[in-house]
Parts: sequence; structure tokens; C-alpha cells
Amino acid sequence: MQNRDGVTIVVFSGDMDKVIAAFNIAVGAAASGKETTMFFTFWGIKAIQKGNLTGKSFFGRMMGLLNRGGINRIGPSRFNFGGIGRWMFKQMMKAHNVTPLEELRKMAVDLGVKLVPCQMSMEVMEIRREDLIDEVAEPAGVATMLEAAGRSFATLFI
Amino acid sequence: MPQETGASVKLNLEGLLCPIPVVRVSQAMKDLPVNGVLEATATDPGVLTDIPAWVKSTGNELLSMEKKDKVITFTIRKAK
Repeated sequence: MQNRDGVTIVVFSGDMDKVIAAFNIAVGAAASGKETTMFFTFWGIKAIQKGNLTGKSFFGRMMGLLNRGGINRIGPSRFNFGGIGRWMFKQMMKAHNVTPLEELRKMAVDLGVKLVPCQMSMEVMEIRREDLIDEVAEPAGVATMLEAAGRSFATLFI
Repeated sequence: MPQETGASVKLNLEGLLCPIPVVRVSQAMKDLPVNGVLEATATDPGVLTDIPAWVKSTGNELLSMEKKDKVITFTIRKAK
């Protein structure tokens, strides 16, 4: 019988609020001794990008410009108002002593959470391994995600 | 840094919000020997439900938990 004690989180969204929720759950799971894996796909890739401009083709570079990654650049899913909402959220989080997202991500890494980028998303959006933070694992596909899900009691899609 | 007093450790989690209290507790528990006791104070009301849940999912034992004014004090025994 396979041990199903892990937590798998698919981070599809690149919205700040949803990414906060994803890292929050991951950190909590890891702190509870669960083997935790996060898969970053589509817009979620932004949360593990270094933040430099990306892309090779015309569309790729346009995407890299309009959809620039980096954990401090992503905005909330509502009330972003072209970046004002993001600033406001950060101020409010600071005022209430909530851990900033970048610190939360570092905490996840330190607790052993595995951050796996989706290879296909990287191909489509023309994001290279060098555009991602050093802490990420080897890019992988759906079979890897499903294998982790098979060892998990909870699999979330955020 | 937690201060060690024999087989017990004290932790100040006041002012910290979810998920940090749980993370700090789990880190402090790692350094404790089996049967060691962790005593912590916190101010996040979420701790009242989160710590019992954490204890349950990690197989440790919650010895006490009480709230006085805004400060929550709890003790956990490391079971394994």
C-alpha cells in the first residue's frame, strides 16, 4: 500500500492573493511534517521567476513584457488597479504583521517544499530555466504531478 | 532563539500570524527530545484552533492552552 501522507498543490494562478494562499498551505503542510510539492503552471510560473524580461520570438517577448514575472511584481486577483492594489495589499499586510510573500516562499524552500516548474508552460511562454529562481527543481510534466498526487492525501488546484 | 530549560523550551510567538506560529512550533519541536515540553505564548486568535489541529496531525500532545486577555499560552509534549 502506497503511503499517502503528502500534499500536492498545482499553482495555476499568478495572482498575488492566490499565490499567498498556495504558499501558506504549503508552509503549513511542510511544518506539519507532510511531504509537500508545488507545481507551477501557466500564470503560476510568475511566482518562481527571477523577474527579468523573457521571451525569444516577437509574441514571446511581448508576453514577457506584458506578463512580467517575479514574486514582487504579481498583483491581487481583485482591486489591483494597475498596481495600486498590490501596493495597498502590501501595506496592509505589513501593518498586520503578515509575512511578505517572498519570505513565505523562502520559508517553504527552507522547510523542504519542492517547487516544480511545468515544462510545457515554460516552452509556450518562452521562459528558460535561467529565468527561474535557483531553488526550483527540474521542470516536469503532468506524469510527475500525478505521481506526487498519488502519494498525497490532498491535491489542490489554485 | 528558544531558550532551553532542561527538557523544555520556551517560545514567544506574540504578534505573529498564520502560518508562522505553526512553523516556529514545528521547528522548535524538532530540537526537543521525546517527552520534552514546549511552552509558547501567542496573540493570533487563530492559534486556538491551529495548534490543536497541528498537534493532531503530527501526533504530539497538547498539555494545556489558555487565553488571558490577548495572550494565549499553550504547552505541547513531544510524543515521538
